Amino acid sequence: MLKDDNRKMMLDKVIKKFDYEASSLLEILHKAQEFYGYLDKNLMTYIANALRLPPSHVVGVATFYSFFKLKAPGEHVVTGCLGTACYVKAVDEIMTAIEQEFHLKRGGSTSDGKLSLFTTRCIGACAMAPNIIVDDEVIGKATKEVVLERVRLTLAGGGRRS
Amino acid sequence: MKLDDLQKIAEHEVDFQRAYKHRINVCCSSGCVPFGALKVLKAFQEAVREFGVEKECKVARTGCVGTCSVGPAVIIDPGDYLYQSVTPEKVREIVRDHIVLGLPVKDMLYHGEAFFKKQRRLVLRNAGKIDPSRIEDYIAMGGYSAIGKCLATMTPQGVIYEVSRSGLRGRGGAGFPTGQKWSLVARTHTTPKYIVANLDEGDPGVFANRTLAEADPHAIIEGMLIAAYAVGAEKGYIYIRAEYPLAIQTLQKAIAQAKGMSLLGDNVLETGFKFDLELRFGAGAFVAGEETAILASVEGRRAMPRPRPPYPANSGLWGKPTLIQNVETLANIPVIIQNGGEWFSKVGTAKCSGTKCFSLTGQINNPGLIEVPMGITLREVVYDIGGGMQDNRPFKAVLVGGPSGGCLPEALLDLPIDYDSLTKVGAIMGSGGIVVIDDQSCMVDTAKFFTDFCVEESCGKCVPCRAGLVKIKETFENITQGTGKLDDIAALDKAGQYIKEASLCGLGQTAPNPVLTTLRYFRDEYVEHIVEKKCRAGKCFRNLKKEEDDAQ
Repeated sequence: MLKDDNRKMMLDKVIKKFDYEASSLLEILHKAQEFYGYLDKNLMTYIANALRLPPSHVVGVATFYSFFKLKAPGEHVVTGCLGTACYVKAVDEIMTAIEQEFHLKRGGSTSDGKLSLFTTRCIGACAMAPNIIVDDEVIGKATKEVVLERVRLTLAGGGRRS
Repeated sequence: MKLDDLQKIAEHEVDFQRAYKHRINVCCSSGCVPFGALKVLKAFQEAVREFGVEKECKVARTGCVGTCSVGPAVIIDPGDYLYQSVTPEKVREIVRDHIVLGLPVKDMLYHGEAFFKKQRRLVLRNAGKIDPSRIEDYIAMGGYSAIGKCLATMTPQGVIYEVSRSGLRGRGGAGFPTGQKWSLVARTHTTPKYIVANLDEGDPGVFANRTLAEADPHAIIEGMLIAAYAVGAEKGYIYIRAEYPLAIQTLQKAIAQAKGMSLLGDNVLETGFKFDLELRFGAGAFVAGEETAILASVEGRRAMPRPRPPYPANSGLWGKPTLIQNVETLANIPVIIQNGGEWFSKVGTAKCSGTKCFSLTGQINNPGLIEVPMGITLREVVYDIGGGMQDNRPFKAVLVGGPSGGCLPEALLDLPIDYDSLTKVGAIMGSGGIVVIDDQSCMVDTAKFFTDFCVEESCGKCVPCRAGLVKIKETFENITQGTGKLDDIAALDKAGQYIKEASLCGLGQTAPNPVLTTLRYFRDEYVEHIVEKKCRAGKCFRNLKKEEDDAQ
């Protein structure tokens, strides 16, 4: 099961706050992802037991919604917005450039686990399209050159992201 | 707190605000924050102290002004001076010249007056003018007086009558008459009843609901209160995208403040009326916008739609009568109660009263958030408000209604925007996305992009949507990779029609719209792709080109 640490304590507290209600499953998954970064099998089984739900139900819900991550992300994360406005403003070219330079595919990570490349459907900053998010920083009206440079700098800076 | 106290707070707040000579409103919405709005806010606070004018200047953090492409935006009142792309470095100069010397800095001002000229702000009445984190700001603008009026002087039937008379239709996209929906829920005798406010906004390219929640959360809460009173509900949920952290934070704070003033809870304004409100988080599912799917999600399940009837008005959350409304619809309600349904029905057109908020984006000069009266033409939106095409490139199409909307050509630009005329040409109002594209985009590729989106977002429950969309996607792959046949055009058309007619929910029923409209208005591009293997915009046949290059 889960390691007995602070995160588990916080998760237990959340589950209790929602009164072990099956209807609060999404809320609890959100919190679990916030605490652990992603939802792995152990975590989902733990939540299923706490809410007295079949594990298949929890996995079914977690996989249905695109917001829930099932794999550990890399140390640094680049997310490209694939909203319509960003698409029209050629965000795809920037994404392809990142894939080529850092040798990874959308939805995956580099082999050393330093960088992940994700897509999101729309961050709602459409007037600033195309948008690329490097770790937690949004780069609006992004160009290939600016983004590649920022990713290079981020990777060179090393360290885990806060 | 009683109704009279509300009036006192408003008066006190207005006096308090009058004590300041200037009000500096810094837009701190999700559009402006990533570009340094919070630093600008801090710089203004420091600068007014430095120049010793903090007693005459109120520096306020506000919601979206609308001009998202030139953020961070700052408005200085009186005079409505709008500064664009403000950086912390520019702040000192603005305070010195504008506030101290009384000389607005002309070359930093926004000169897109046309952007605002044809707009009419009812839903966004307070956006950019009030501090969304202060309930007093909302009360000073007359906020919560509408629910006060309902509780003190109107019966629930009277409220529904007023809403029906206003002609308001659901802003989530389908356009169902709001008054009619309310009376369906009010008429059922089962209790408890629920209200679900939809703030999921899964359409890429749409941010109007988020902006509303960030700029004026209390307008949504007050709309829900009035709806609850009218239909007899005691509990409500706002279903909001988890991807909108600032909107969530703003709403949470607003709910807590409203509870603190007994505007929510067991005894609203000490009248005995009961209504409580909670947030529920979405998690990235476009289909969750559909009314039966949103119910499943609030109950903690996969957001999968179910057949109707029974309609949520009779059997919704946990089988109880439930009123589901888009937050934009709800934000209209206080205005309708304050001014009367008849007044509201005169805004917009006879069949579609009121206004509609749109996220206006794409290859135009003034992208941003707009609110326009119904009946305005697409041309006015693109050229007058949007400022025309970026870099003077040729207009190609306008996408109305998100990924399941339609792509309309130049010939349809004089179409008035209302539910019925959009439906007639194959588009939908949707939740309000307008994306303008120029000749650098390929219409076949664009339709393929939307189909890919809908394939990913299909919940998989019904066959037409699950299998049909994949079939369309495969056909698009062939056409854009050079293996398309002329028969594919007819096949796409047929598949699109079937999916539209046979799908269970709104997602499937509208998903083929981009395909069908591009087939209708841009057929020559399909033919070009298939016969000549040519893409005018250079978006398709990339693999083909690569193979040629490799061969050389």
